Amino acid sequence: MASTETTDTTAKATAGDAPGLSGLEAGLDALESSATGRATFRQTFVGKILPPVLAAVVVVVIWQALITFKVVDDPTKLPSPGDVWGEVEDAWLQGKLLGYIWTSVSRGLLGFLLALAIGTPLGLVVARVKVVRAAIGPILSGLQSLPSVAWVPPAVIWLGLNNSMMYAVILLGAVPSIANGLVSGIDQVPPLFLRAGRTMGATGLKGTWHIVMPAALPGYLAGLKQGWAFSWRSLMAAEIIASSPDLGIGLGALLENGRNASSMAMVFEAVLLILFVGIAIDLLIFSPLERWVLRSRGLFVKG
Amino acid sequence: MATALAKAAEGAASTEHAARIEHVSKSFAGPAGQQLVLDDITLDVAPGEFVTLLGASGCGKSTLLNLVAGLDKPTAGSITTDGRPALMFQEHALFPWLTAGKNIELALRLRGVPKSERRGRTEELLELVRLQGSYGKRVHELSGGMRQRVAMARALAQDSQLLLMDEPFAALDAITRDVLHDELTRIWAETGLSVLFVTHNVREAVRLAQRVVLLSSRPGRVAREWRVEIPQPRRIEDAPVAELSLEITEVLRGEIRRHGQH
Repeated sequence: MASTETTDTTAKATAGDAPGLSGLEAGLDALESSATGRATFRQTFVGKILPPVLAAVVVVVIWQALITFKVVDDPTKLPSPGDVWGEVEDAWLQGKLLGYIWTSVSRGLLGFLLALAIGTPLGLVVARVKVVRAAIGPILSGLQSLPSVAWVPPAVIWLGLNNSMMYAVILLGAVPSIANGLVSGIDQVPPLFLRAGRTMGATGLKGTWHIVMPAALPGYLAGLKQGWAFSWRSLMAAEIIASSPDLGIGLGALLENGRNASSMAMVFEAVLLILFVGIAIDLLIFSPLERWVLRSRGLFVKG
Repeated sequence: MATALAKAAEGAASTEHAARIEHVSKSFAGPAGQQLVLDDITLDVAPGEFVTLLGASGCGKSTLLNLVAGLDKPTAGSITTDGRPALMFQEHALFPWLTAGKNIELALRLRGVPKSERRGRTEELLELVRLQGSYGKRVHELSGGMRQRVAMARALAQDSQLLLMDEPFAALDAITRDVLHDELTRIWAETGLSVLFVTHNVREAVRLAQRVVLLSSRPGRVAREWRVEIPQPRRIEDAPVAELSLEITEVLRGEIRRHGQH
């Protein structure tokens, strides 16, 4: 097999003007390109999965110890891990747990998709059109530092205590992040790519689609990730403030209900569920997306 | 008088040319007012001809290449090319979000090649640069030399009659560069392309070209031209190559020395 290949290539090489060139080239290619393997499951488990699990276990152990050794002796201030787990279990057995989570997550994701549909073209226009950038660029980056919770009161006044108000708050939180992420992604596109694209005829919309957008993808993804974090936070604030029975009980409303019922276990349940969803969305959607983009470009640093 | 006649005759004879650069000047706005970078450059590249543009830093070689590529406009004079030239850079400029093959396909796609033909044409081009089987490789998985060969294949995919090369091998190690010189000569002979190749490496210029054009610096002017009659295949170590390189280097050094005298 190998020998037929060699004779084949040498035949080709003599057809060219420098005998043996292709063999030389193949040797160079083999010497200089490095093969990168992927980590085994065991490596991933020991390096990536085990440490955070251990950390969580340590936190629970300390928590339990605080109660067992009566450091904190007031269940209305600090419920035991068992009590909180009991709340979660009850909600599960009553068939309400997934309902709480889904009410919030579906709102969050739908709002986020809307923010994506608005923030992406907005970011593109701001990045590519000088006048627009001069006009609204500063406002857009200013808005990013405004805590989106600040939008809850005006949104309630404008839209009332309903779902549209929640979506409005999500949009106001996430759109600036997504747009800004795209803008900074586009700003960081190496000029060389744009020049190369132009010599190939990728100008205007073609250039945007084939060169600018894919080149800006890492920055855009970072913006999406931040946009999601902002959506999720502002949604929780909106749910706490706008809890009414016809809106369904999401995680924010659950937290508020816990407070009203003076049930610290329920409050902890809600807080842990909110945290859990935030981590889960990141682990299930954004981290894999980010890793895939970086790995395919050879930018992924094993850490 | 005689030269004017000769020029006129030449102009009449070579209505066909891959690139015609006529009295091109270029100045940029600098801190000290308008800075003249290129001064009255006149240069033709005949179809199938391999020309190297040689010069020290500040001679505006890359500026000239950008003008020919249509990435910038001359301040004065005119440039005509047959279609849009393909351009290769010192950096490979391959798009890291695409595989080697997809980079080439993008050039085909932007040129309007129908989808059904792209894959086949890409494989042909990969074979031409001897990278068959590298279609699905990511850019970062390729060595420097392989990247420049993919970049070459991508430039060839533009199906332009004129290939502009802006020091494409300057960042490579000497062994790889040597091999790519051989490759470029082979591909040039196989495709019949016209090549305008910018470099500051005298031996490289002589090794590759049929004609070496030396530019003076600040502003860039055509200082001298040499026809290289040494038959291909040449090697960079060949005595005639070394001899001519020495001669050109002397003139180049003279040009550079002028700048230290005031």
